[in-house]
Amino acid sequence: MQAYANPTRFNALALTILPWCVGSTVLLFLVGLYYSLVVAPQDYQQGETVRIMFIHVPAAWMAMATYTVMALASAVAIIWRHPLADVAAKTAAPIGACFTFLALVTGSLWGKPMWGTWWVWDARLTSVFVLFLLYLGYIAIWQAIEEPAKAARLAAIVALVGFVNIPIIKYSVDWWNSLHQPASVFRMDGPAIHSSILIPLLIMALAYTMLFLTLHLIAMRTEIMRRRIHNMEQAEVQG
Amino acid sequence: MSMFWSLIRRDIVLTLRQGGGAGMALGFFITVLVLLPLGIGPDLKFLQRLAPGALWITLLLSVLLSTDRIFAPDYEDGSLELMTMGPMPLELVALAKSVAHWLGTGLPLAILAPGLGVLLNLDALLFGPILLAMVLGSLALSLLACLGAAITVGLRRGGMIISLLILPLYVPVLIFGVSATNAITGVPELFGPSMLILTAISLASLVLAPIAAAAAIRAHMA
Repeated sequence: MQAYANPTRFNALALTILPWCVGSTVLLFLVGLYYSLVVAPQDYQQGETVRIMFIHVPAAWMAMATYTVMALASAVAIIWRHPLADVAAKTAAPIGACFTFLALVTGSLWGKPMWGTWWVWDARLTSVFVLFLLYLGYIAIWQAIEEPAKAARLAAIVALVGFVNIPIIKYSVDWWNSLHQPASVFRMDGPAIHSSILIPLLIMALAYTMLFLTLHLIAMRTEIMRRRIHNMEQAEVQG
Repeated sequence: MSMFWSLIRRDIVLTLRQGGGAGMALGFFITVLVLLPLGIGPDLKFLQRLAPGALWITLLLSVLLSTDRIFAPDYEDGSLELMTMGPMPLELVALAKSVAHWLGTGLPLAILAPGLGVLLNLDALLFGPILLAMVLGSLALSLLACLGAAITVGLRRGGMIISLLILPLYVPVLIFGVSATNAITGVPELFGPSMLILTAISLASLVLAPIAAAAAIRAHMA
């Protein structure tokens, strides 16, 4: 990990991986969308609306996974002062906020025909909404502080404090009676859904993961470039 | 330890003499309570159902409003820098500041809130439970407020950011505070568990929030 503390080496690595990431993302989305929108059977109760799940569930997973990545990167930044860790944390936040927003919107679109309402204030929905607010707070900290080093430290603290919300989201459907269904894929006794739905769902989850990896690598590269330009401008001004 | 107590005493004396502490927060609290029936309508039955939640939200906002006074004056006159270099660990400084904020602002509001609940036709049965829940919950509110103040000290737009950072963290306190209060008139079995979780949140904040706040102040002073 320390070897890639050097931004130039990281950039070189990112450049070699990126084409593969882009390719696999496109491929996985093509296969995943074909299976989930065409091949997967209709639900006998939900009809075609069940297909929203193939967009919604991976988005919700990624919303939490991205926050976890952000919190881990923040911890690494605080403990080892790894120079790329705060770049990783900073650039993960907007992507995670988009995943969270997507999960909230698709859940809402599915909830209207299925539950008869766009929104209910139960534990799962509320805690995911809080996750969205935490992402916004984290982004706001980066924007409010001009010194990058100070902003990185404070943002890392904010990310780690907000991490308490992640287990709450995960277990909210078990701890409270929720309108949202409990976990049906990651369970001790194996998945509770049929393979005709499970396989497209897992392909979509993989596609989302690769999408995150692609976007994150691009965003990290951009951020590194941005900092270099900033430093060069500073050096020029100071002569 | 004597430094710890004298810091608490100093902060409480400052909030009491400078204003901006409990008095100002109480004024805000009452103003919001007066605005609510004007906006919602004076139907007493409806207000009674609304009262616990409204009191809790008003408490949250009042505590939030007083947060910028926790570190800002010390940051401006340089005493915060002295505290970072002093013999007392910064974590204890943050804890003392939180406790002082609780004693000076959170606790008085929590004690007075049920009495002010008469403005919203609060059910007399709920006076005791809401008092207990608010006293316990306001400790977590003050600790988290102190954390928010530590993160945003010296920032130009600190006020807006502190709400965005801290209000999401207030959500659990609000949920369990209201559920403990409403349990009395609804499902009495829920009162115990809700109070236990509320206490757990306060205790967890008591341990973790000063550590995070101290880290934030160090980042500012570095």
